Amino acid sequence: MTDIVLDVRNLRVEFPTRKGVLTAVDDISLQIRRGEILGMVGESGAGKSMTGMAILGLLEPPGRIAAGSIHLSGDRIDTLDDREMQQVRGRRIGAIFQDPLTSLNPLFRVGDQLVETIRLHTALDKAQARARAMDLMREVGIPAVEERIDNYPHQFSGGMRQRIVIALALCAEPELIVADEPTTALDVSIQAQITALLKRLCRERGTAVMLVTHDMGVIAETADRVAVMYAGRLAEVGPVDDVVRRPRHPYTDGLMGSIPSLRSEVEELRMIPGAMPRLDAIPPGCAFNPRCAHAGPRCRREVPRLAATAEAGAACWLATEGAVA
Amino acid sequence: MTIRSNAILEVDGLERRFDVSAPWLNRLIERKPRRTLRAVDGVDFVIQRGQTLALVGESGCGKSTIAKLVTGLHPPSDGAIRFHGDRDRLQMIFQDPFASLNPRWRVGRIIAEPLRTLRPEMPAEAVSARVDELLRTVGLAPADGLKFPHEFSGGQRQRISIARALAGEPEFLVCDEPTSALDVSVQAQVLNLMKRLQREMGLTYLFISHDLSVVRHMADVIAVMYLGRIVEIQPTKDLFANPLHPYTRLLLETIPDLEAPKRDRAPMGGEVPSPVSPPSGCSFHPRCPLAFDRCRRERPERRAEVLDRRVACFAAEAEAGAAV
Ligand SMILES: Nc1ncnc2c1ncn2[C@@H]1O[C@H](COP(=O)(O)OP(=O)(O)OP(=O)(O)O)[C@@H](O)[C@H]1O
Ligand SMILES: Nc1ncnc2c1ncn2[C@@H]1O[C@H](COP(=O)(O)OP(=O)(O)O)[C@@H](O)[C@H]1O
Ligand code: SF4
Ligand code: SF4
Ligand SMILES: [Mg+2]
Ligand SMILES: [Mg+2]
Repeated sequence: MTDIVLDVRNLRVEFPTRKGVLTAVDDISLQIRRGEILGMVGESGAGKSMTGMAILGLLEPPGRIAAGSIHLSGDRIDTLDDREMQQVRGRRIGAIFQDPLTSLNPLFRVGDQLVETIRLHTALDKAQARARAMDLMREVGIPAVEERIDNYPHQFSGGMRQRIVIALALCAEPELIVADEPTTALDVSIQAQITALLKRLCRERGTAVMLVTHDMGVIAETADRVAVMYAGRLAEVGPVDDVVRRPRHPYTDGLMGSIPSLRSEVEELRMIPGAMPRLDAIPPGCAFNPRCAHAGPRCRREVPRLAATAEAGAACWLATEGAVA
Repeated sequence: MTIRSNAILEVDGLERRFDVSAPWLNRLIERKPRRTLRAVDGVDFVIQRGQTLALVGESGCGKSTIAKLVTGLHPPSDGAIRFHGDRDRLQMIFQDPFASLNPRWRVGRIIAEPLRTLRPEMPAEAVSARVDELLRTVGLAPADGLKFPHEFSGGQRQRISIARALAGEPEFLVCDEPTSALDVSVQAQVLNLMKRLQREMGLTYLFISHDLSVVRHMADVIAVMYLGRIVEIQPTKDLFANPLHPYTRLLLETIPDLEAPKRDRAPMGGEVPSPVSPPSGCSFHPRCPLAFDRCRRERPERRAEVLDRRVACFAAEAEAGAAV
């Protein structure tokens, strides 16, 4: 018996285009345990959402999983057909996206949407489902539930809508929640409320959470472990404190240095020169090599890789072998 | 803060109202009253030449409206904006570097546009030489002038916006969330560029952001806004060392801190109320842990005799009084 809820091995996501095949996610492996929050960071276009969508079985064709496997509590899910995957999504994996309105139907009262989802996944009757919906709304911190349950989505603020989406994701007591930038559209004071809610649910219910965000501060305060993505690949994984304080990968190090501090003053922020390459122009070897101050001949030749089950580590020749020659 | 003689911008009792009533016919049939939204409500501040004043606050608090009032895109409903500079040399940089660049124009033409307005007599070769120089100033290459905006990344597009703003030989730049759409590593490049240009050209910035760490890095003075008003204004160092307003404290408390993560905090409740029907008295009172009776009845002002007009809060006033 193991407590690993999500086990992704060597995942590769491709987009065939007229000009050739683009690899948006390249050989990603990660594990999330019961009650653990794994943060996924990286800049725009690094492949965070595509990894999440692959796990959810929501890749838009022609996007496809080209290699690797995804297991949910021991069951392989990347080979399921659409109908089977839809059931897994409702019952065993909950999804939360940046814009709560993508998960809510504007034409229906939020209570009816909750009741319908609960009834789809449980044997409760209508009255029981409504009672359960109210419990869930209370649990995610909606005040005056008796009144609010019959409101439409547009009658809620952005933060309240995101709470409803979380309630919706919780309806079937999923083992895993994939949350893609759940607080990016929210103000900081509301953002703190939502991350605290996610943390509490994860702790109390033992749900595994994959938290995708580009905000390192949110990760530092919310996640247990963090995976840093760069150009479709994993650059580094590890316990969040280690990655933030002692980054091993030169990219993570540069990323941390470029964030303005709340505590100390510097005249210049540290910069990583250049920009992340586009998918059709990823350099051979380490994808970061044109921007890396430590790059050597080996970095331009061979792709550094992390072991598929590494709990902590960096995909970097300098970090792993101490040499780049 | 004493008003020194080198103020470039003085804003006094600035107010901007918007009519947000239902359409006329609905009002007639459903007997709905006219509704007014006060997006900016009695705002005062001064910016010294060569300095950066930042406006911070949550979404909808009126930051962009102030930017539009200062640049003249909106007329004020009340109050005064005194600009002691050349109006033609006031430029603006927007949040979305793509939406603000004409997609059908080559970058060179986009950057040359303000030059043509400012110096219509300038010969074509001189314009093109100046464009090349501006591209280099913002870290791009002269050859980039021949490309179209869609061929650039977000950070590069923001550099193009900055180059275009610089072409107007600005002395004063209004920057509305200039890096909010950018990744942190790209943001660092743009912020460093903006600081360098300020140093080299003596630019003055009105800098708008919702990100306190960015504002701390960029600003000399920070004004914190809540529901259309400035609730606190202090030099950056003082604001972080000694925040006076309960809302500023809430912001500092809730912003995720990379260097000292608060993993077990209980976040403060409440949300920003609707600006169409703001709470009575101090509009922060429904969320304020220090609120007392007077806060529900009366509106606190920033008063000259209390902490030099730094804060609008009865509790802070009382505390300051006790300290004296
Ligand atoms: N339909 C598609 N065709 C080709 N490439 C695609 C398609 N959808 C996504 N991509 C590419 O896949 C890469 C990863 O995309 P993804 O959306 O996962 O990035 P992300 O890290 O989540 O970015 P963001 O933070 O902007 O959401 C990007 O380079 C993107 O351009
Ligand atoms: N043209 C307009 N008509 C009606 N309301 C407006 C208009 N422009 C801004 N507002 C309102 O004014 C308030 C302040 O807006 P804004 O200055 O854009 O906020 P932010 O601080 O997010 O930039 C908001 O409540 C907004 O909805
Ligand atoms: S493998 Fe080489 S190029 Fe890549 S990050 Fe490490 S040192 Fe830099
Ligand atoms: S005036 Fe009263 S309600 Fe407003 S911030 Fe101060 S103490 Fe709080
Ligand atoms: Mg994304
Ligand atoms: Mg705005």
